[in-house]
Amino acid sequence: MAMLSFERKYRVRGGTLLGGDLFDFWVGPFYVGFFGVTTIFFTFIGVALILWGAAMGPTWNLWQISIAPPDLSYGLRPAPLLQGGLWQLITICALGAFVSWALREVEICRKLGMGYHVPAAFSVAIFAYFTLEVIRPVLMGAWGHGFPYGIYSHLDWVSNVGYQYLHFHYNPAHMLGVSFFFATTFALSLHGALILSAANPKAGEVVKTPEHEDTFFKDVVGYSIGTLGIHRLGLFLALAAVLFSALCIVLSGPFWSRGWPEWWSWWLNMPIWRQ
Amino acid sequence: MAEYQNLFTTVQATGPLHHGIELGQGNSPRLGQPLVSYWAGMLGNAQIGPIYLGTLGLASLICGMIAFNIIGLNMLASVHWDPVQFVRQLFWLALEPPPPSYGLHLPPLNQGGWWLMAGGFLTASLLLWWLRTYRRARALGLGTHVPWAFLSAIWLFLVLGFFRPVLMGSWGEAVPFGIFPHLDWTAAFSLRYGNLFYNPFHALSIAFLYGSTLLFAMHGATILAVTRFGGEREVEQIVDRGTASERAALFWRWTMGFNATMESIHRWAWWFAVLCPLVGGIGILLTGTVVDNWYLWSMKHGVVPPYPAVFPQVIDPALLQGAKP
Repeated sequence: MAMLSFERKYRVRGGTLLGGDLFDFWVGPFYVGFFGVTTIFFTFIGVALILWGAAMGPTWNLWQISIAPPDLSYGLRPAPLLQGGLWQLITICALGAFVSWALREVEICRKLGMGYHVPAAFSVAIFAYFTLEVIRPVLMGAWGHGFPYGIYSHLDWVSNVGYQYLHFHYNPAHMLGVSFFFATTFALSLHGALILSAANPKAGEVVKTPEHEDTFFKDVVGYSIGTLGIHRLGLFLALAAVLFSALCIVLSGPFWSRGWPEWWSWWLNMPIWRQ
Repeated sequence: MAEYQNLFTTVQATGPLHHGIELGQGNSPRLGQPLVSYWAGMLGNAQIGPIYLGTLGLASLICGMIAFNIIGLNMLASVHWDPVQFVRQLFWLALEPPPPSYGLHLPPLNQGGWWLMAGGFLTASLLLWWLRTYRRARALGLGTHVPWAFLSAIWLFLVLGFFRPVLMGSWGEAVPFGIFPHLDWTAAFSLRYGNLFYNPFHALSIAFLYGSTLLFAMHGATILAVTRFGGEREVEQIVDRGTASERAALFWRWTMGFNATMESIHRWAWWFAVLCPLVGGIGILLTGTVVDNWYLWSMKHGVVPPYPAVFPQVIDPALLQGAKP
């Protein structure tokens, strides 16, 4: 059994949302549950469809394999499998698997008596994926506006869509999203480093306390947010990065179809500048 | 169930102000009377200050202020000292590096000399601040993980503004100061070198950027979810594992078959965050010095397919007989 020394006493019945005790068991280290079964179901079908699409495609080069959405001419209708139908089914399977995974996390939270922060945070990421592959294509009237499933092909999509709006860096929501990504990484480096520096002090010294952590940041920048606050801040920064990323792409097309540098002309043309 | 998700501190305990761990000999006294902010206390610690200034902090702030003022005054001069236009055009204003013709020579002040000086003072400010983080960590007997992580960010900054321009032989290669101007530089840089998305170090850097965000969302959420068991006292949990650590670990073990420990999650965090600017800097340093076109480089290495020739063959006019360069 793949169990940690303290694990047995935590492996108790209960906390399930669906299925009662029927799926309330573990396989190796993994908890199963009803949503574990649906996760496996959607994942197996989705991966099989990707492999089938790759087999029908021109290459087995891992970097170049790509499953593209339907041509724009199909609009929001289902497309033949090899003309984007696979992409449509894979998208459904991906959403099914992601949502199942989030609900399985909820069951595990309930089993362990934990808060729901992790599945709540994960659902923000699912929402961003849903925005890219469903909300924006629906608003623009064609599945062809979704991004393709491939390592370099999705980068090409990002590059091309960016240049369709001339210069995507001028998108204000993109600016905020990128700033939040940088801020999250910055905060993570500080938090990780601070904990490690307290737990691994100068040679010969005893392990340090949160008073030392707080004093270090107060000494350096005048404020320490504290052991509890840093996790709230980190979670907020990370979720803000994802939410603004979703916003920046759903604005592009459905709500703004010209170059993003042009958007800023409202600022330059405000009446307050007249003299 | 939904009553204790611990997103805000609803009841704040007010205790005596903490003036910080005693400092040994050779340290300056801390500055400022600490104040208590109710709104800061909603999210984290309520106490703000005191701060340790010291010689390094003072020198760093002076250098930073000089750089800030050089940049600001140059931008103000570029709109003919009109404060209204300064505010109106602020995001568009720039302090540009010298034109390429100056190479690595010293240009006149209004031809990039100010840019060079601002960059010099900003670099001095950052390096002095780095020394400050090192000295403050050591003064409290802490490890030096914060300064080494900070050095990774300084590395990327110096690659963009110093190492790569020196290797390319021109200050003009460096990034301008300014909001939109530095974004323009980024877009132009990507286009010039065959789209930076095809630069594998850029790809890795972005993976670590997103990875860091994912890790902080996972870690922040996990710790908040076990705060009812005291999970936020992480150092205590590292040396004396409690039920908070055990539940946090089992959550991920049961979810994805693998878990970190209370200490190792912070090593994952440190490395993801540090590697983001570290590999990003490598990618920038190679661009134009070693690799001229990342798309062609990727095609050569079988990463991207050669695109079909959709346009008719064009003869480069520079290769025609009698063409003048």
